Amino acid sequence: MIHTFTVNGISIALDIFSGAVHVANPVSLEAIRLYEQHSRDEVIRKLLSHYESNPEVNLGTLGALMDQLDELVRSGQLYSSGACLNTGVPLPDAKGPIKALCLHVAHVCNLACSYCFAGQGKYQGQAAQMSLGTAREALDFLVTNSGTRRHLEVDFFGGEPLLNWEVVKKAVVYGRALEREHNKVFRFTLTTNGVLLNEEIMEFCNQEMHNVVLSLDGRREVHDHYRVDAKGKGSYEIIVPKFQEFVKRRGDKEYYIRGTYTRRNLDFLQDILHMADLGFTRLSMEPVVTAPDDPEALRAEDLPALFEQYERLAQEMLIRKRQGRGFEFYHYMLDLENGPCIHKRLNGCGSGTEYLAVTPQGELYPCHQFVGDSAYRIGTLKKGIVNHALRDKFAANTLYSRQECRNCWAQLYCAGGCAANAAHATGSISGVYAYGCELFKKRIECALMLQACLQEEGLA
Amino acid sequence: MKIKTLKTRNLQESKKLGGCGECQTSCQSACKTSCGVANQPCEQEKK
Repeated sequence: MIHTFTVNGISIALDIFSGAVHVANPVSLEAIRLYEQHSRDEVIRKLLSHYESNPEVNLGTLGALMDQLDELVRSGQLYSSGACLNTGVPLPDAKGPIKALCLHVAHVCNLACSYCFAGQGKYQGQAAQMSLGTAREALDFLVTNSGTRRHLEVDFFGGEPLLNWEVVKKAVVYGRALEREHNKVFRFTLTTNGVLLNEEIMEFCNQEMHNVVLSLDGRREVHDHYRVDAKGKGSYEIIVPKFQEFVKRRGDKEYYIRGTYTRRNLDFLQDILHMADLGFTRLSMEPVVTAPDDPEALRAEDLPALFEQYERLAQEMLIRKRQGRGFEFYHYMLDLENGPCIHKRLNGCGSGTEYLAVTPQGELYPCHQFVGDSAYRIGTLKKGIVNHALRDKFAANTLYSRQECRNCWAQLYCAGGCAANAAHATGSISGVYAYGCELFKKRIECALMLQACLQEEGLA
Repeated sequence: MKIKTLKTRNLQESKKLGGCGECQTSCQSACKTSCGVANQPCEQEKK
């Protein structure tokens, strides 16, 4: 299977099952498309006819091109088959190791963002904060169930984790002791709205947090429309200077400024560029997750505008990179040489198997997006995994459990997509959230276009 | 006229050396609301 496309004037042919990426021009792209169905002679004849007024398209140049395509076919980089792709790739083990936890240290928040997928931090339940005892139990649980996995990931999430900062700090200290005792390496992440950031928190995070995710939606008028406190006051003015200071102190350590866009800001590129102009160089922007009948929800008729934003984003990133003022965009960060193996690409995000969310009360869920839905409660820290049938279901929820994905060119980039989005859109974790697919495919095309240009210009 | 093939990891070959499970889950990064496994770098030195 191949996928051919042109973004910002760059033509690319993707060989799906080998992962090979070929940068073409209009003539060679058409040759690749034709050769999948037609003989060599037919391809040459059709191209000579189509480009008869172009002297560069002749028997000599086309012969060389077809020789090149034949070599790519022979070496398994063009029209490769996916028939045996999953042979020898085991399914996730429902009883296998757990390597990542999302700790909901606070089911309470000091902002009241109306679009919050977590019900303003309470996940449709009672306000609560995780005790230190539960946090320690969660880390013990992770280590005990991690098998031979050495790198373990813990994300402090909420609600707003800084409302329970003392527990976060002490949990990290406890985690470091567990590392030494059990020869593990914890990678801690903190997600925060930034309102409570202070010097002490920044210093600790810069010592201990592998990554921090800082929530900012972009331009002041966009950010302050949603990200308000209980009195309706916007948070932009408070958090932007704090984020700037935090990032400056962080140096080369990983961080993301992460925004949400809705129907109100279909021109979200302007918000990304605003963040870049504030001095932030590691950016992420996600479409809002909300009910389809919500006025802020993105609609089918918005897709062309959104596609244009993603394409212009890639072009602007290239321009700024050339000017020495580039920035990273999370979804465009594709390392073509060192990306994930086929095992990862088939087996998906790991929700419900290697990745679990933990509530303040110590309940276990497949991921943060399922918390609050009792049908998806998978166990507790004290009792361990209780709903084995549910865990089996998540283990079986790989790319190959989705019929719709069989013929999709993006299958090995998304591994079937987000199980939570699928469940909320279709009622089943192995369904497909079609709207998300459209955005995802456009992002991958733009990411590939950008990587091709960066490699070509020696800027990668 | 000729096409340029970028350097990429061969996914078929990654069957043999892959599957260690050490790479990051995508939601630990910066999304939390969409899944994209492709931008998780491999932790193995030999691929």
